[in-house]
Amino acid sequence: MTQGVGVVGVYVRDQDEALKFYVEKLGFRVHTDARNGDYRWLTVQHPDQPFFQLGLFAPQPPTLDAATAQSLRELVAKGAMPPLVLVVDDCRAAHDRMRELGVEFTQEPVERYGAVDAGFRDPSGNGWKMIEAPGNPG
Amino acid sequence: MAKMVQPTGQAPELLRRLLRAKDRMDAASDEDWPIRRLARVSGASEAHFARSFKEAFGVPPHRYLLTRRLERAAALLRDTNLSITQIAFHTGWNSLGTFGRTFREVTGESPGELRTREKAARHQFEQVPACFLGAAHRPHLTIAVSEKRRRKASGMGRAEATESS
Repeated sequence: MTQGVGVVGVYVRDQDEALKFYVEKLGFRVHTDARNGDYRWLTVQHPDQPFFQLGLFAPQPPTLDAATAQSLRELVAKGAMPPLVLVVDDCRAAHDRMRELGVEFTQEPVERYGAVDAGFRDPSGNGWKMIEAPGNPG
Repeated sequence: MAKMVQPTGQAPELLRRLLRAKDRMDAASDEDWPIRRLARVSGASEAHFARSFKEAFGVPPHRYLLTRRLERAAALLRDTNLSITQIAFHTGWNSLGTFGRTFREVTGESPGELRTREKAARHQFEQVPACFLGAAHRPHLTIAVSEKRRRKASGMGRAEATESS
Protein backbone atom coordinates (compact mmCIF):
# COMPACT_ATOMS: atom_id res chain seq x y z
CA MET A 1 0.00 0.00 0.00
CA THR A 2 1.22 3.48 -0.86
CA GLN A 3 1.18 6.00 1.96
CA GLY A 4 1.03 9.76 1.71
CA VAL A 5 -1.24 12.69 1.00
CA GLY A 6 -4.29 11.57 -0.94
CA VAL A 7 -6.54 14.60 -1.23
CA VAL A 8 -5.93 18.31 -0.92
CA GLY A 9 -8.80 20.65 -1.64
CA VAL A 10 -9.21 24.16 -2.93
CA TYR A 11 -12.30 26.26 -2.35
CA VAL A 12 -14.08 27.31 -5.52
CA ARG A 13 -17.00 29.66 -6.05
CA ASP A 14 -18.85 27.34 -8.43
CA GLN A 15 -18.13 23.64 -8.73
CA ASP A 16 -19.47 23.29 -12.29
CA GLU A 17 -17.28 26.17 -13.45
CA ALA A 18 -14.26 24.75 -11.60
CA LEU A 19 -14.82 21.29 -13.03
CA LYS A 20 -14.91 22.67 -16.57
CA PHE A 21 -11.75 24.67 -15.92
CA TYR A 22 -9.65 21.90 -14.37
CA VAL A 23 -10.78 19.27 -16.87
CA GLU A 24 -11.07 21.18 -20.13
CA LYS A 25 -8.30 23.73 -19.68
CA LEU A 26 -5.81 21.99 -17.39
CA GLY A 27 -6.33 18.43 -18.55
CA PHE A 28 -7.29 16.90 -15.20
CA ARG A 29 -9.80 14.03 -15.00
CA VAL A 30 -12.76 13.69 -12.70
CA HIS A 31 -12.00 11.23 -9.92
CA THR A 32 -15.13 11.48 -7.75
CA ASP A 33 -18.28 13.48 -8.21
CA ALA A 34 -20.75 12.50 -5.51
CA ARG A 35 -23.75 14.46 -4.34
CA ASN A 36 -25.77 14.30 -1.20
CA GLY A 37 -28.50 16.92 -1.22
CA ASP A 38 -26.76 20.28 -1.76
CA TYR A 39 -23.41 18.84 -0.79
CA ARG A 40 -21.08 17.75 -3.56
CA TRP A 41 -17.78 15.94 -3.04
CA LEU A 42 -15.86 16.68 -6.22
CA THR A 43 -12.26 15.71 -6.86
CA VAL A 44 -10.11 15.74 -9.95
CA GLN A 45 -6.82 14.13 -10.72
CA HIS A 46 -3.76 14.91 -12.76
CA PRO A 47 -3.33 12.12 -15.34
CA ASP A 48 0.26 11.50 -14.21
CA GLN A 49 -0.63 11.38 -10.53
CA PRO A 50 -3.10 8.57 -9.92
CA PHE A 51 -2.56 8.59 -6.15
CA PHE A 52 -3.39 12.26 -5.63
CA GLN A 53 -6.75 14.00 -5.86
CA LEU A 54 -7.37 17.73 -5.96
CA GLY A 55 -10.68 18.54 -4.30
CA LEU A 56 -12.83 21.29 -5.74
CA PHE A 57 -15.00 22.21 -2.80
CA ALA A 58 -17.60 24.91 -2.36
CA PRO A 59 -17.53 26.73 0.97
CA GLN A 60 -21.15 26.21 1.96
CA PRO A 61 -23.54 25.03 4.60
CA PRO A 62 -23.96 22.50 6.12
CA THR A 63 -20.20 21.93 6.52
CA LEU A 64 -19.77 25.65 7.28
CA ASP A 65 -22.11 28.25 8.63
CA ALA A 66 -23.29 30.86 6.15
CA ALA A 67 -21.10 33.71 7.47
CA THR A 68 -17.95 31.58 7.41
CA ALA A 69 -18.78 30.39 3.91
CA GLN A 70 -19.17 34.01 2.80
CA SER A 71 -15.81 34.97 4.35
CA LEU A 72 -14.15 32.12 2.50
CA ARG A 73 -15.73 33.12 -0.81
CA GLU A 74 -14.32 36.61 -0.26
CA LEU A 75 -10.86 35.31 0.60
CA VAL A 76 -10.73 33.08 -2.45
CA ALA A 77 -11.86 35.95 -4.68
CA LYS A 78 -9.12 38.14 -3.21
CA GLY A 79 -6.49 35.55 -4.06
CA ALA A 80 -5.68 35.02 -0.39
CA MET A 81 -5.57 31.23 -0.42
CA PRO A 82 -2.23 29.39 -0.18
CA PRO A 83 0.08 28.94 -3.15
CA LEU A 84 -0.45 26.05 -5.53
CA VAL A 85 2.25 24.68 -7.81
CA LEU A 86 1.73 22.72 -11.01
CA VAL A 87 4.86 21.01 -12.29
CA VAL A 88 5.16 20.76 -16.07
CA ASP A 89 7.75 19.52 -18.57
CA ASP A 90 7.56 22.59 -20.76
CA CYS A 91 6.24 25.76 -19.18
CA ARG A 92 6.18 27.86 -22.34
CA ALA A 93 4.31 25.23 -24.36
CA ALA A 94 1.80 24.70 -21.56
CA HIS A 95 1.35 28.46 -21.26
CA ASP A 96 0.66 28.82 -24.98
CA ARG A 97 -1.81 25.95 -24.96
CA MET A 98 -3.67 27.15 -21.88
CA ARG A 99 -3.73 30.75 -22.97
CA GLU A 100 -5.32 29.67 -26.22
CA LEU A 101 -8.03 28.07 -24.10
CA GLY A 102 -8.63 31.32 -22.27
CA VAL A 103 -6.78 30.70 -19.00
CA GLU A 104 -6.16 33.94 -17.10
CA PHE A 105 -2.40 34.25 -16.78
CA THR A 106 -1.05 36.54 -14.10
CA GLN A 107 2.56 36.11 -15.15
CA GLU A 108 4.08 35.20 -18.47
CA PRO A 109 6.75 32.48 -18.46
CA VAL A 110 9.99 33.75 -16.92
CA GLU A 111 13.28 31.93 -16.66
CA ARG A 112 14.98 32.11 -13.28
CA TYR A 113 18.13 30.13 -12.56
CA GLY A 114 17.33 27.67 -15.33
CA ALA A 115 13.76 27.02 -14.18
CA VAL A 116 10.84 28.52 -16.07
CA ASP A 117 7.70 29.59 -14.25
CA ALA A 118 4.42 31.27 -15.12
CA GLY A 119 1.40 32.20 -13.04
CA PHE A 120 -2.31 31.75 -13.62
CA ARG A 121 -5.56 31.80 -11.69
CA ASP A 122 -8.56 29.58 -11.76
CA PRO A 123 -11.92 31.31 -12.24
CA SER A 124 -12.47 31.50 -8.47
CA GLY A 125 -9.19 33.30 -7.82
CA ASN A 126 -6.92 30.47 -6.67
CA GLY A 127 -3.40 31.29 -7.80
CA TRP A 128 -1.18 28.70 -9.43
CA LYS A 129 2.48 28.78 -10.30
CA MET A 130 3.37 26.57 -13.20
CA ILE A 131 6.97 25.49 -12.92
CA GLU A 132 9.32 23.70 -15.27
CA ALA A 133 12.27 22.41 -13.30
CA PRO A 134 15.80 23.40 -14.34
CA GLY A 135 17.72 21.15 -16.66
CA ASN A 136 14.77 20.30 -18.83
CA PRO A 137 16.08 19.70 -22.36
CA GLY A 138 14.54 21.93 -25.03
CA MET B 1 -1.92 46.27 16.47
CA ALA B 2 -3.46 44.15 13.73
CA LYS B 3 -7.14 44.56 13.18
CA MET B 4 -9.38 41.53 13.21
CA VAL B 5 -10.21 40.37 9.73
CA GLN B 6 -13.93 40.60 9.19
CA PRO B 7 -15.98 39.85 6.12
CA THR B 8 -15.91 43.12 4.22
CA GLY B 9 -19.34 42.76 2.78
CA GLN B 10 -17.88 43.22 -0.69
CA ALA B 11 -19.33 40.89 -3.28
CA PRO B 12 -16.97 38.05 -4.23
CA GLU B 13 -17.60 38.90 -7.90
CA LEU B 14 -16.31 42.43 -7.32
CA LEU B 15 -13.34 41.15 -5.29
CA ARG B 16 -12.39 38.78 -8.08
CA ARG B 17 -12.34 41.70 -10.51
CA LEU B 18 -10.34 43.87 -8.10
CA LEU B 19 -7.87 41.00 -7.82
CA ARG B 20 -7.41 41.26 -11.57
CA ALA B 21 -6.23 44.87 -11.17
CA LYS B 22 -3.84 43.78 -8.43
CA ASP B 23 -2.54 40.96 -10.62
CA ARG B 24 -1.96 43.38 -13.48
CA MET B 25 0.09 45.68 -11.25
CA ASP B 26 2.04 42.67 -10.05
CA ALA B 27 2.78 41.60 -13.61
CA ALA B 28 3.89 45.03 -14.79
CA SER B 29 4.73 47.16 -11.77
CA ASP B 30 7.10 49.26 -13.90
CA GLU B 31 4.20 50.56 -15.98
CA ASP B 32 2.03 53.54 -15.17
CA TRP B 33 -1.24 52.57 -13.54
CA PRO B 34 -3.55 55.55 -13.41
CA ILE B 35 -6.82 54.87 -11.62
CA ARG B 36 -8.67 55.00 -14.93
CA ARG B 37 -6.64 52.09 -16.24
CA LEU B 38 -7.03 50.04 -13.06
CA ALA B 39 -10.75 50.73 -12.91
CA ARG B 40 -11.12 49.52 -16.47
CA VAL B 41 -9.31 46.25 -15.67
CA SER B 42 -11.69 45.74 -12.76
CA GLY B 43 -14.79 46.77 -14.60
CA ALA B 44 -15.41 49.25 -11.78
CA SER B 45 -16.16 52.94 -11.93
CA GLU B 46 -13.24 55.30 -11.34
CA ALA B 47 -15.16 56.84 -8.49
CA HIS B 48 -15.40 53.56 -6.58
CA PHE B 49 -12.24 51.76 -7.61
CA ALA B 50 -9.68 53.17 -5.17
CA ARG B 51 -11.97 52.85 -2.17
CA SER B 52 -13.04 49.33 -3.11
CA PHE B 53 -9.44 48.28 -3.67
CA LYS B 54 -8.34 49.62 -0.31
CA GLU B 55 -11.25 47.98 1.41
CA ALA B 56 -10.38 44.67 -0.23
CA PHE B 57 -6.60 44.65 0.09
CA GLY B 58 -5.94 47.00 2.99
CA VAL B 59 -3.84 49.54 1.08
CA PRO B 60 -4.65 52.14 -1.55
CA PRO B 61 -3.79 50.90 -5.06
CA HIS B 62 -0.88 53.24 -5.61
CA ARG B 63 0.73 52.38 -2.32
CA TYR B 64 0.40 48.74 -3.26
CA LEU B 65 2.12 49.50 -6.55
CA LEU B 66 4.91 51.27 -4.67
CA THR B 67 5.57 48.22 -2.50
CA ARG B 68 5.76 46.03 -5.59
CA ARG B 69 8.23 48.37 -7.26
CA LEU B 70 10.42 48.46 -4.18
CA GLU B 71 10.22 44.68 -3.82
CA ARG B 72 11.28 44.24 -7.41
CA ALA B 73 14.07 46.78 -7.05
CA ALA B 74 15.34 44.96 -3.95
CA ALA B 75 15.31 41.66 -5.86
CA LEU B 76 17.26 43.17 -8.74
CA LEU B 77 19.77 44.69 -6.33
CA ARG B 78 20.20 41.31 -4.70
CA ASP B 79 20.18 39.05 -7.73
CA THR B 80 21.67 41.03 -10.62
CA ASN B 81 24.60 43.26 -11.37
CA LEU B 82 22.48 45.97 -12.99
CA SER B 83 23.47 49.45 -11.92
CA ILE B 84 21.24 51.26 -9.44
CA THR B 85 20.28 53.70 -12.18
CA GLN B 86 19.24 50.86 -14.46
CA ILE B 87 17.25 49.28 -11.66
CA ALA B 88 15.46 52.56 -10.93
CA PHE B 89 14.31 52.85 -14.52
CA HIS B 90 13.50 49.14 -14.87
CA THR B 91 11.18 49.34 -11.88
CA GLY B 92 9.15 52.31 -13.01
CA TRP B 93 10.83 55.39 -11.53
CA ASN B 94 11.34 58.49 -13.60
CA SER B 95 13.99 59.87 -11.31
CA LEU B 96 16.96 58.23 -9.65
CA GLY B 97 16.71 60.71 -6.80
CA THR B 98 13.09 59.85 -6.03
CA PHE B 99 13.88 56.15 -6.21
CA GLY B 100 16.81 56.39 -3.79
CA ARG B 101 14.97 58.62 -1.35
CA THR B 102 11.76 56.56 -1.35
CA PHE B 103 13.70 53.31 -1.07
CA ARG B 104 15.57 54.58 1.97
CA GLU B 105 12.48 56.03 3.59
CA VAL B 106 10.53 52.82 3.28
CA THR B 107 13.18 50.16 3.86
CA GLY B 108 15.52 52.09 6.14
CA GLU B 109 18.58 51.64 3.97
CA SER B 110 19.76 52.94 0.64
CA PRO B 111 19.74 50.75 -2.48
CA GLY B 112 23.54 50.55 -2.32
CA GLU B 113 23.51 49.50 1.32
CA LEU B 114 20.96 46.78 0.66
CA ARG B 115 23.04 45.47 -2.22
CA THR B 116 26.20 45.32 -0.15
CA ARG B 117 24.46 43.60 2.76
CA GLU B 118 22.60 41.05 0.63
CA LYS B 119 25.61 40.15 -1.45
CA ALA B 120 27.62 39.51 1.69
CA ALA B 121 25.12 36.98 2.99
CA ARG B 122 24.64 33.66 1.27
CA HIS B 123 21.08 32.46 1.09
CA GLN B 124 19.53 29.08 1.71
CA PHE B 125 16.41 29.73 -0.32
CA GLU B 126 17.04 27.63 -3.42
CA GLN B 127 14.10 25.37 -2.58
CA VAL B 128 11.59 28.21 -2.38
CA PRO B 129 10.12 29.34 -5.73
CA ALA B 130 11.52 32.77 -6.53
CA CYS B 131 8.11 34.38 -6.76
CA PHE B 132 7.14 33.43 -3.21
CA LEU B 133 10.53 34.43 -1.93
CA GLY B 134 10.01 37.83 -3.51
CA ALA B 135 6.73 38.23 -1.68
CA ALA B 136 8.43 37.50 1.63
CA HIS B 137 10.76 40.43 1.00
CA ARG B 138 7.93 42.79 0.11
CA PRO B 139 8.22 46.00 2.11
CA HIS B 140 5.55 46.27 4.76
CA LEU B 141 4.14 49.67 4.01
CA THR B 142 1.22 50.23 6.33
CA ILE B 143 1.35 54.00 6.20
CA ALA B 144 1.79 56.46 3.37
CA VAL B 145 5.36 57.38 2.49
CA SER B 146 4.53 61.03 3.11
CA GLU B 147 3.31 60.10 6.59
CA LYS B 148 6.45 58.10 7.26
CA ARG B 149 8.53 61.06 6.16
CA ARG B 150 6.54 63.43 8.36
CA ARG B 151 6.88 61.23 11.43
CA LYS B 152 10.58 60.87 10.93
CA ALA B 153 10.96 64.62 10.62
CA SER B 154 8.96 65.23 13.77
CA GLY B 155 10.85 62.56 15.68
CA MET B 156 7.82 60.35 16.19
CA GLY B 157 8.72 56.77 16.88
CA ARG B 158 6.70 53.78 15.88
CA ALA B 159 3.48 54.99 17.46
CA GLU B 160 0.42 53.81 15.60
CA ALA B 161 -1.50 56.50 13.83
CA THR B 162 -4.66 56.46 11.84
CA GLU B 163 -3.90 55.56 8.29
CA SER B 164 -4.12 58.42 5.86
CA SER B 165 -4.60 58.47 2.08
